[in-house]
Amino acid sequence: MRIVSLILAVALFASVTACAPIEPWVKPYEREHLADAIMALNRNPVSSTYLDHVFESREGARGATGGVGGGCGCN
Amino acid sequence: MCLIAAPALAAVLPPDRADLLYHRYQGGGITVQGPSILVQKKIGDHFSVGANYYQDMISSASIDVLLSASPYREKRTQKSVSAEYLHGKTTYSAGFINSVEPDYKANTSYYSVSQDMFGDLTTVTMSYRRGWDRIFRDIKQNGFIINDPTFQQRADHRVYGLSLSQILTRNLISTFDYELSTDQGYLASPYRQIRFLDPNNPVGYTLANQIYPGTRTSDAFSVELKYYVPYRAALTGKYRFFTDSWGIVAHTFQVDYVQPIRHHWTLDGNVRYYRQGAATFYSDLFPYAGYSNFMARDRELAAFHSITLGVEASYAFSIPHLTWIQKSTATLSFDRMMISYLDYRDALFSKFDPGAIRAGQEPLYTLDASVFQAYVSLWF
Amino acid sequence: MRNRIATTALLAAILALALPAWAAADSAADSVAPAPAPGFTLQSTSGQQVSLAQFKGDVVMINFWASWCGPCRQEMPLLQSIYAKYKDMGFTLIGVNVEPDAKTANAWLKATPVSYPVLYDPQSKVSQLYQVQAMPTTVIIDRTGTVRFVHRGYLPGDENAYLNSIRALIVQ
Repeated sequence: MRIVSLILAVALFASVTACAPIEPWVKPYEREHLADAIMALNRNPVSSTYLDHVFESREGARGATGGVGGGCGCN
Repeated sequence: MCLIAAPALAAVLPPDRADLLYHRYQGGGITVQGPSILVQKKIGDHFSVGANYYQDMISSASIDVLLSASPYREKRTQKSVSAEYLHGKTTYSAGFINSVEPDYKANTSYYSVSQDMFGDLTTVTMSYRRGWDRIFRDIKQNGFIINDPTFQQRADHRVYGLSLSQILTRNLISTFDYELSTDQGYLASPYRQIRFLDPNNPVGYTLANQIYPGTRTSDAFSVELKYYVPYRAALTGKYRFFTDSWGIVAHTFQVDYVQPIRHHWTLDGNVRYYRQGAATFYSDLFPYAGYSNFMARDRELAAFHSITLGVEASYAFSIPHLTWIQKSTATLSFDRMMISYLDYRDALFSKFDPGAIRAGQEPLYTLDASVFQAYVSLWF
Repeated sequence: MRNRIATTALLAAILALALPAWAAADSAADSVAPAPAPGFTLQSTSGQQVSLAQFKGDVVMINFWASWCGPCRQEMPLLQSIYAKYKDMGFTLIGVNVEPDAKTANAWLKATPVSYPVLYDPQSKVSQLYQVQAMPTTVIIDRTGTVRFVHRGYLPGDENAYLNSIRALIVQ
């Protein structure tokens, strides 16, 4: 039930706040550092996927290894 | 639900690229190597498709194989395809992975939706992953290795994911990632065995079959911070907490530093510390046969800690005449993984030298492994 | 059973999240309520001080861009051809580069030169003045110095929207 309530809460929050937009405190024209290739959340997908696989085969823990976002925020 | 939203702007699809990787893992008596080829390409303005071909070629024998003298075979091939569709600020992805090796066939499908919001400072992603596995067991017959016709098992997996990335300042981005996994079916290894104390046996113990629970549910939650250092470098810190219904609790800490040097080079150094507590039904040496309803001796379920140190060097070069290639890099990376088990012993000591060392008194097992990667990346 | 509930909740949440975006995506329009275009003076790539007031009487298109922004780079050759086509009809295009450090912008302009004036806005003064909400942003000002169209972002095909706006204002 945890994941269900969490998902619904996030979706509700997101759709409500779409009506009253929060002013972004990092302006679109201030994102040059975040757009830099070295700041990408997943710089080399072929390599990070492989390493995640190496660790997961030898460990009991799995999951929560990735993220999507950041970047130039263009368009 | 607000249908009168702010002017809808768009996000961007992943860049077009191709990567060719050679990977090699060496440790604990085994070597696993092979290629991984990844291609990502935009089709039109709203679609991007990707494909990956990956192989593991395994040689030599690990401690588990030597202990139970089980046969092993050599190759695993994994093929995957994925597609992303971009509409406004929403990205929809779907993908399919097929993995085949002589004694394990797995199919996975996954779906995710990503939404940019709050002036593109926040990205929320929801994902679902579904896996269907068929597990076989290799046996030796007439000098050949074949699938045991009496052994055919299934395992099903479901993973629900929720992640949020939040830009905090011009130089700082944070990511929160949560995944809930549920598995059911045959979750053990057909080859590994437990051992229990047996004074009647010259080696001091007797091997027996593992008994695993038929279900497993786990929660994993991670936090990551990535900081842009003013002189142009990137510093990343990450922590993951893991817990599951088998009683395993694990912590992962990771620090990564990326330093570009002049025009061509990028160096990367990282440290990873991992600590895990054992599963409730795990034991290196059970006191007697049939000790409990679930019993396992898989070292992946043992209590251990590990440190991995990694370095990587990447060189950006240009290819003359091929103007459609915007950027190309060649990268070498090396990771050294050092695992110290706290309750898994090297049972080979008593197996190969019975009587010299008592069962349960063998030295704790340690595993040092080297992971090597060499790859070329092209952006077009 | 738990899996089924979780999957249904996930699908419902995805719809809740995506529906507002779907609804709004198709209604993005370029026209804005007419407002006087704020004046500014910035240094150009040739070292001269250029101000907006110099172009009063022309249809002026201001394009806010950065070298780190993919869609901005993609759009600039098309802007160059628009400039070449209309510059003798009382139209001018001004590129405003928003980067604090001009080095990468200059390197990119060297490889992909444009003939319209490109100005530097390293302290984001003009970006703030024009309330830039996306990268790139294109603002079209009529001959009386009034802002008439604002286009946020760039997707291939948007140049048609620019051409429509320019044609409408050029004849005035």
